[in-house]
Amino acid sequence: MRGREDEWTGLMRSAMAGDNAAYHRLLKAVTPVLRAAARRGLARAGQSPDQAEDIVQEILLAVHLKRHTWDSEAPFAPWLFAIARNKLIDTLRRRGRRVFVNIDDFAETLPGAAPQETASVGEVAAQLSTLPQRQRDVLQSIAVEAASIKDTAAKFAMSEGAVRVALHRGLAALTAKLRDD
Amino acid sequence: MDTDQLIRSLAADNVHRAPRVGTVLTMALLVAAPLSILIFATFLGVRPDMMSAMRNPFFDMKFAVTLSLAIPAIIVSLHLSRPEALLRGWGWLLLLPVGLLAVAIGSEAMMAPAMPMTMRLMGKNSRVCLFAIPAMALPLLAGALFGLRHGAPSRPALAGALAGLLSAGLAATLYASHCTDDSPLFVATWYTLATAVVTAIGAAVGSKVLRY
Repeated sequence: MRGREDEWTGLMRSAMAGDNAAYHRLLKAVTPVLRAAARRGLARAGQSPDQAEDIVQEILLAVHLKRHTWDSEAPFAPWLFAIARNKLIDTLRRRGRRVFVNIDDFAETLPGAAPQETASVGEVAAQLSTLPQRQRDVLQSIAVEAASIKDTAAKFAMSEGAVRVALHRGLAALTAKLRDD
Repeated sequence: MDTDQLIRSLAADNVHRAPRVGTVLTMALLVAAPLSILIFATFLGVRPDMMSAMRNPFFDMKFAVTLSLAIPAIIVSLHLSRPEALLRGWGWLLLLPVGLLAVAIGSEAMMAPAMPMTMRLMGKNSRVCLFAIPAMALPLLAGALFGLRHGAPSRPALAGALAGLLSAGLAATLYASHCTDDSPLFVATWYTLATAVVTAIGAAVGSKVLRY
């Protein structure tokens, strides 16, 4: 566990210094851990584990939009697990349950396998369709079609700066819709 | 959108750099401050005997108390804007104004009283105090909540309460230069009540708007 968490901290430092590949690797590395914890939290609250993926995506969005609150001198895992716990509690509370989530749920968790069914329409996907056209196009292009910012800009005859703004606003808007729903 | 696709879009957005919470909070308070100062200048103003009042240590003590509330509240609110942060180890900072007031009340009690205790406590401005501090605090509270929204507090109501404390502390600093009641007993009673009102508003609004 120690080694894994030190590696996360290192990746996050690189990510904050502008290394997008390190950031991508970090998010991929934490996702199975978050997924297993989300499933466990749902199971404990007597809920179906189907919604685990929605929770994982909400956590990832929060991690992304709040990463400036991470202190680069501090280890990454406690910060990550605090956000994850908050999101899990929020989600379960929205469904009308009072729950207690133990931080150890996250710290001592073995990575969970990806869901077999990846084509499920999750909450993020559902909210995506409510975004303004431009933000949706850009998100669709970069996330689903794996296009670069540059290619996306060319495709929609936008500047790269405008693509970046639309991408960021789209992600922020998705997060807000998920939270306020 | 599946999780791998979401991660791809997040990685592409890594170029976006958000400012620090402290920066946003400072800017928001600087935007809100002119409104509070306008309320102060329009309805209150500096007390006429300011120059002679400055020789009275109990007048100066009011500013020490209000700033010892505002500054630690700013520090603690920024600390709590990190999701993993705990109040433990930091909460004592918020007791500074309480300690200062206790010392001030003690030293006033040891002096020959200029006025009976009930007069010092009730003062002439208790009602103004009770309205003016919250009124001047509200713009600052809105600014503080806006700034703290940029953070990720695990306890939104607590973070909102701190926004209330810091804005009440700043508003009370303005108010202290208007009010002619300098007795620490007055401050301990009416400033505290006004601060409690603002803190309660901050906690209630914060529990809604500081969720992330």
